[in-house]
Formats: sequence, structure tokens, C-alpha cells
Amino acid sequence: MLQTAFNANHLLFLLQGAMWTLVLSLIAFIGGGLAAFLVALARVSPSRTVRTATGLWVQLVQGSPLLVIMFLAYFGLPTLGIKVSALLAAGASLTVYVSAYLGEIWRAAIQAVPRPQWEAAECLALSKAQRMFKVVLPQAIRLATPPTVGFMVQIVKNTSLASVVGFVELARSGQIINNSIFEPFIVYLVIAAIYFAICYPLSVWSRRLEDRRAGPSRAAATSPSSHEPLLSQS
Amino acid sequence: MTELDFATVLERWPLFVDGAWVTIRLALVATLCGFVIGTLCAAGRRSRHAVLSRVCGGYVELIRNTPLLVQIFLVYFGLSSLGLKLPAFTVAVIALAVNAGAYATEIMRAGFDSVNRSQLEAAECLGLSRLQVYWHVVLFPAMERVYPALTSQFVLLMLASSICSQISVEELTAVANHVQSDTYRPFETFLVIGAGYIVLSLLMRLGFWGLGALLFPRRRRLGTAL
Amino acid sequence: MNPFSPNPDGASSAVVRLHDVHKSFGSLKVLQGVGFEVDRGQVTAIIGRSGSGKSTALRCIDRLERIDSGEIVVCGHRVDAPDIDLKALRLDVGIVFQSYNLFPHLTIEQNITLAPRSAKGLSKAEARAIALDVLAKVGLSDKATYYPEQLSGGQQQRVAIARSLAMQPKVMLFDEVTSALDPELTGEVLRVIEDLAAGGMTMVMVTHEMAFARKVADQIVFMHKGKVWERGGPEILSEPQTAELRQFVASDL
Repeated sequence: MLQTAFNANHLLFLLQGAMWTLVLSLIAFIGGGLAAFLVALARVSPSRTVRTATGLWVQLVQGSPLLVIMFLAYFGLPTLGIKVSALLAAGASLTVYVSAYLGEIWRAAIQAVPRPQWEAAECLALSKAQRMFKVVLPQAIRLATPPTVGFMVQIVKNTSLASVVGFVELARSGQIINNSIFEPFIVYLVIAAIYFAICYPLSVWSRRLEDRRAGPSRAAATSPSSHEPLLSQS
Repeated sequence: MTELDFATVLERWPLFVDGAWVTIRLALVATLCGFVIGTLCAAGRRSRHAVLSRVCGGYVELIRNTPLLVQIFLVYFGLSSLGLKLPAFTVAVIALAVNAGAYATEIMRAGFDSVNRSQLEAAECLGLSRLQVYWHVVLFPAMERVYPALTSQFVLLMLASSICSQISVEELTAVANHVQSDTYRPFETFLVIGAGYIVLSLLMRLGFWGLGALLFPRRRRLGTAL
Repeated sequence: MNPFSPNPDGASSAVVRLHDVHKSFGSLKVLQGVGFEVDRGQVTAIIGRSGSGKSTALRCIDRLERIDSGEIVVCGHRVDAPDIDLKALRLDVGIVFQSYNLFPHLTIEQNITLAPRSAKGLSKAEARAIALDVLAKVGLSDKATYYPEQLSGGQQQRVAIARSLAMQPKVMLFDEVTSALDPELTGEVLRVIEDLAAGGMTMVMVTHEMAFARKVADQIVFMHKGKVWERGGPEILSEPQTAELRQFVASDL
């Protein structure tokens, strides 16, 4: 049996950290989601300037490591005179990160709504806003749901970087425990297990949504030769 | 509102170049290893042997549902607890390759699935062995079809290498941390390396594009999708 | 139709021999006791409605499907044996599919030289010589550096035939090779097959082209509901013995 100083109190401390992980994830998802909505709309805007400017924003964010964005927020902003706590810095960074990536996912969903839908709405004399909000967006939401749920997994994982700027979420809680019992491998194993427990159900859910959406077109081939996997004839 | 001073930061450009070079080396080695791991695991996932398929599947799920930061620490502390004293760079490469391999597995799996069964039949009926079929008929078309996804994934890997600063690998982000604590100019420093990473992303994409032109002559000549 | 040749041990000298072959896909009985033989240099056409089992029977010859019971012997290989040397079988048997199945990422020449180089170990130069030779045979010498997508369906099918020929098989199988082609393109493919037959290649082809079968085949095998319903020379098409074949021939007009 493994000899370890890791006990139930430590586990409780980790779970508290996990709670903050979830809080930060929620902040990122809600804040970033609102921003992502604006980004997505801007990316399909009729105005070329708006499209290009937002596109530039997305490229900038997607081309930078999240860690650098966090450092920029936590260490950089104070030198400009803006006071930031670790939570604020982490929250703001994740919001920026989510706005770009989720914005692109939602833009793709909007653009995936078939052209005939736009045209039909236009022919029914609906205004541009009505077309978007009453016809296109409801369908885009359905298309966007599986990848959005999948992206939530990315958000939860990326909250771990908040530990580097000192925010006490799950990963930081682990480092704190480590500083007292010096058993990093076991501690991080438990931490990994907790992250897995949060993320895996989301991943499964996302896949299930994706399969349901793809529906009957994804039904397994019933050709006779598919009975025998040719390349595994050992 | 404090004055922004980029000059102090920019005069330390040799350090940034050194850091960028470590980042590039990290990314390239991890990309290569990650691709090999991903291809092998994708083949394993599609194997008829249930155990192999499930082991590869389990590996993918474990990696994709835990943060890279935690994975890096696990590899770092795990290896040292086994008594292995490896340089930080090697540890980082291992962690990044294992991480990239999981994502590459799913991408390559989609690639393999995209190759029609009848292609495999035709190849086997010509007398080619299983391995030969995989190499000549499945691998390159699969790669070509998922090449954009592979490129994006490996660029993301390069960006994620910034996390390796946490185990003292002297890549670009670690260098930035040194510079900002020297110059007391964190905002300018991180903006500069932010720009540096964007440049590295573009360079990496260019490199991948060139590699694609080399690997896929048909696409280079005809310009059509497979 | 050839009876078993009178060898001392009673063995047949046929190149392809099916005997009482049964095959089911799950609960669906596709082949219910199929038997026929093909001698060296003989051209056999298998005809029948969709679902009669003709494609399955052909695929079983090259071990693309495993049979449930019965015997299949091709060029001395026991195809139904569990320990059969698949590579040796496939070196003796060439098969051309309805959907040509050319490798899209390789040029025409590379498509043809792949198997000689990888499966037979020939050198690049030797394989190239063979490729140019078979391309000339199917009339596509100038297309060696093209990619499959640049060729028409008929040309692609001719390349597929050349690709199989490059391995110098003893038997060629054709699985409805003109069914996926536009009508005006079938002629060029049928001409190549006819030339092959005239050259003495042993062939088994599943086909809908009745006129062609009548012209080229030495033996016609009519399959119905998983069984060989009638078997004989081309004359059985003009003088069907069974009602089913009569109906089949009539529906083709």
C-alpha cells in the first residue's frame, strides 16, 4: 500500500479549489460568450471594415498563448495604472480567449445555416434583424451546440493557467498542498482525476450531441464487405 | 498614465531570439513525435484487437480531458520520482509529444476513415501486405485530407509550449519573465513576445504549407482537393 | 462446359473451380451451392439479376469474402482454406472493380508500378518498363504522368485493367466493370477486354452486357437466387432451358 501524507483534508482543499475552477469557468463562459456573440455577428457583418477588424482581433488572440495574455493582464495592466486581482486578470484573459475561439465557432455555425434559409426569410419581407434573430440564429444555435459544449472542456482546462498568476483554483491548491507534504506526483494525480471527472462528462455529452445532430446520415454502412476488416486479417 | 517604453525591452532582442529558438525546437520535436504517436494510435484505435483499441482510446480521453499544465507536472515529477534526471527540455518534449499525440490520434483517425474501403480492397488484391497498404494507399491520402487540421493543431502546440516555462525551460515566455523582472516593463515585454508568437505562428504555417507542397505533389500540380 | 478431366487422382485441371459454395451475410443466404469451372484460356461470363449472388461469387474467388462451406480452388490455391497464402493467391489473380479504385494521389504510372515494386520487389526501371508496356496494351501510353482525376471514366477503367495486368496474373476477374460508365465510354473498355480474351487470358466476368457476353464468352453461367441456374456455351442465351433465364434474356431486350 502506498505510504502517503495525502489525506482527506487535502482532498477537501483540492475540491474547494475545484469549486473556484468552476466559478472561473462560468465567468469565462458567460463573459466570453457575450463577447463571442458580438464577435460572431461582427464577423458576418455586411460592413467590410467591421469584418476585417474583428477578424484581426481573432487572429491576434488566436496567435498568442493564453499564458502570455494572462501575464499581460496580471503584470502588465498595473504598470498602466489599472489595479487587477488574480481573479480579475484571469477572468479578463479567459474572456478575451473565449471571445475569439467561441466567436469563430459561432460564426461558422451562422455561416453553416443554408443559404436558402436566408433567402426564404428575405422573400417573406422580414427585416435584416428579424431574419437574423428569428430565422438564422435559432438554426445556428442548434448547429453550434455540440462544438460549444466541446469548447467548454477547453475553458475548464485553461483555467489551470490562472494558477500561474496566483489565483487559487484547483491547480494552485495542489501547489499549495505540495509545499507542505512534498508529494507532487500523488497530488497532481488526484488533481488530474478531478479535472477528468469534470471534463469527461462534458466531452461525452458533446459527442452525443454531435452524433444526434448528424443523425441517420451517419448510420453504419451495411454493405456485405464491411463485415470483415480487411486490414486486420491476422 | 505611465509612459510606454519599448526601447528598453527591445534592446534585449538577442535573449528573445534565443528563447524563440528554444520554442521552435520544442515545437518541431514535439510535433514530429506527436505525429508518429498519433498515427500509430489512430491505427491502434481502428484495430480489431479490442484491448489495443481501448488502450489507445483511453489514452486519448485521459489527455484530452486534463490540462496540459497538470500533464507537464505529472511527467516532470513522475520521471524524477522514478529516479530519472532528464534535462527540462527533454521532459517538456515528452509531455508536449504525449499531449499532441492524443489530438493527432483523433485527427489521423478521421483521415484514415476518409479513405474508402474499396481503395484498401484494390491494394490488397494487388498483393500488397497490410503494412504496404497502410503506407502507400492510406497514409498519404489521409494526411492530405486532414492536413489543415494537423497544421492548426501543431500551431496550437507551439503556443502551448509557453506553459513549459513553468518547469524552467528557457523558451520564449520564460525569457519574457526574466526580461520583465529586469526592466520593470511587463506590459511592453509581454506585448513584444505576444507579437513574437504571432510571427512564430505565421512562420510555422508557412513551413507547413511548404511541407505540404513537398508531400502532396498532386495537390501542387492540380490544385484540387482529394 | 467441361466435365472433370480424367486424371488418375480425379483432380480437375480447371484454373478456377467452385464446388458447392455456400455464403450467408447474417441471416441472408447469398450463395446456396454454387459450382462451376473455368479452364485455362476460357472466358466465363456470369450473368443474373441484382441480388442473384454473382458479384459475391466473384469476390469469393479472390478471397474478398470468406465462404461458409464448399470448395474454391484457383490456380492450385485452396481459397477456402483458413491458412491460405493470400499474397500468393493475389499474385495469380487480377481483379478489376466497378468503381475502378485507382489511387487518386498517385499518377497513372505510379498506380501501375506500385504493386510490381512493393509486392514483387522489382526495381524502379523494371516496373516502369512493365507499366509502359501494359499502358500501350490498353491504349493509354500518353497518360502515364496524369492523375486519375484528369481521366474519363472509361480511361480510368482501362488503367485499372492495366494495373492488374502489370502483375501478370493467370486469371483476370471483372466485376461489372462497365456498369458505372456512361454508355459511350463502355466501348473502349469492352474492346480491351476482348483483346485480352483473344490473347488467351483466363477470365471470369460478371456483366450486364449481354451482347458482349454472347460474343466473347466461351461459357455463360446464369445465376438466380444464389444458385447456378443454367450453365453452358453462349447458345443458352438464344435457347434458354429454364423459365428464369428466358425471362432474364427477354427483359434485357
